[in-house]
Amino acid sequence: MTRYYTEDHEWIEVDGDSATVGITDYAQSQLGDIVFAEVPAVGATLKKGGDAAVVESVKAASDVYAPVSGTVTEGNAALEDDPALVNSDPEGEGWFFKLTLSDTDELGSLMDAEAYKAFVDGL
Amino acid sequence: MSDDEEFEPVETLELPLGAWHRAKGARIVEFAGYHMPIQYEGIMAEHLWTRENAGLFDVSHMGQLMLSGEDAAGSLEKLVPGDISALKEGRMRYSLLLAEDGGILDDMMITAAPMGLYVVVNGAVKWDDIGYLREHLPDEVTINHMDDRALLALQGPKAAEALARVVPGVDALFFMESGTFFWGPKTDPEPLWISRSGYTGEDGFEISVPAAHVMRLTEELCAQPEVKPIGLGARDSLRLEAGLPLYGHDMNPDIDPVEGNASFAISKRRREEGGFNGADRILKALKDGPQRKLVGFAVEGKMPVREGAAVFSGERQVGVITSGGFAPSVGSPIAMGYVEREHIATGTALEAEVRGKRVSLTVAAMPFIPHRYHRRGASK
Repeated sequence: MTRYYTEDHEWIEVDGDSATVGITDYAQSQLGDIVFAEVPAVGATLKKGGDAAVVESVKAASDVYAPVSGTVTEGNAALEDDPALVNSDPEGEGWFFKLTLSDTDELGSLMDAEAYKAFVDGL
Repeated sequence: MSDDEEFEPVETLELPLGAWHRAKGARIVEFAGYHMPIQYEGIMAEHLWTRENAGLFDVSHMGQLMLSGEDAAGSLEKLVPGDISALKEGRMRYSLLLAEDGGILDDMMITAAPMGLYVVVNGAVKWDDIGYLREHLPDEVTINHMDDRALLALQGPKAAEALARVVPGVDALFFMESGTFFWGPKTDPEPLWISRSGYTGEDGFEISVPAAHVMRLTEELCAQPEVKPIGLGARDSLRLEAGLPLYGHDMNPDIDPVEGNASFAISKRRREEGGFNGADRILKALKDGPQRKLVGFAVEGKMPVREGAAVFSGERQVGVITSGGFAPSVGSPIAMGYVEREHIATGTALEAEVRGKRVSLTVAAMPFIPHRYHRRGASK
C-alpha cells in the first residue's frame, strides 16, 4: 500500500485499484474544530480535482477534492456522528471515502510523503 | 477644505497588540483592514472558556470617536433614532447610524462621557462613518477619532472578579454604565475608560486604554487565572448565540431598524417626535410591521447553514440567511436571517437550501443562549 498527497492537502492510500481518501493533519489543523463532514454517496463518479466531499469547521465550509478519478465504494459513516474524528485522527479513523480508481496513471502526478512534507514546510 | 482628504487605508494595518497575538500563537487573518487574531487554541475551546470564565478580546480595530461641542447630542439625533440628549453622564445606549432614507449605515454604542459623546463604531466601516458624520454634523461639533487608543473587551461570568483585581472598583458598574477608573501604581495611575458592556451575551467590560499601555494591561489581565485571550472566531460564534447582529452581514444600508430587529433602539421620545433620518419610513414600519424582518433560526441536524443560503417556504424563496454556523454552547447549528413578514412568527417551519439540499429551519426566539448581564436592580 502506498500513500500519496495532493497540494490541496488530501491523502490517498492506494491498494491495487482501490483507495482510501482523507485530509491531512496539516489540513485539519488549518481548519480548526470540525463540526460537520459530508461524504459522497456510494456509486458517485469522481473526477480528479473535482468536488468530492465537504468539511465544515465552526467558521467555514471547505471542499475536499478527489485526488484521482474513480467510483465511490464507501463513505465513512462514522463522520456523521463524530465529525471531530477528522481532527483527532485525520490520517486514520477520520478518512472520508473509499473509491475504485479509473486510471492508476493519475497517481503519477501526486506527491509522496517526503515531497508533501517539503511542500507543507514551504507554506 | 473638502471632506475628501482622507482615504481608506489600502495596506492592511497592524494592531497595537499585533506582535503579542503572534507571540501567543494566534492564527492571523485580515479583517476590517487589520491583521487580527482569529483563534489561539481553537474556536470551540475559546468560545466555551468565555461562557464559563473570562475571555479577553482585542477589538482595537473598532473606531473610538469623541463628539464634542455645542449640542452635539441634539445634532447627532438627526442621524440616530435614540434619545441621546437624555443620556446621563456615564450611561450608554446602543444605536444606529441612519442614511437619509433610514437605512442602517452602522450600529454603534453611544456613551455620555465627561468630555462629550464617546461613540464606538465598527472597524470595517469606521472611515465611512467618520466621513458621514463630518458631512452631516454641523461645524460646531468636533469629531475626534481617538486612534491613539486601543480597545479591549473582557467577557464572561468571571470577568468582574478578574478585572476588579487589576482595576479596583470597576465591579461597582452595572450593565450599560461606564466611567473612568485608575489602573497601575498609586503614584502614577493611568486613567482607563471602562464600560460594563460587550458582544457575547455575558457579563463583561470594554476597556479603552492608550495604545502605548495596552500591552502592559493585556499582560496583567492574562496573568489572572480566569482570563485567556480569545480570537475573532469565537467572538462571532458568541455573538450569534447571543442574537446580536453583525454589521455588514445582518444589517446593511438596505435595512431599516425595524426590519433589523432593532426597534428597541428607537427611543420613546423619538417615536413621538420623529426628526431623524428616515423617520417616515421607520415610524410607518413600527406602526404597520416591517415587510421583512431579521429572525433567528434553529437548524435541524448537524449541517451548518451559512450566510447567503436561500430560505424557502415550499417552493417559494421567502428569505436569506445572513449569519449562521455551529453554536458551541447550543451544540447544534443556528442562524439568523431575513424573511418576509408572513413567516416571522416563532415556530414557523421553513427550509434553507445548502449545496442543493433542503435543510429544515424553525424560526426561533433570540437570544439562543440567555443573556447574563449584570443589570442594575436585577436580583442576583
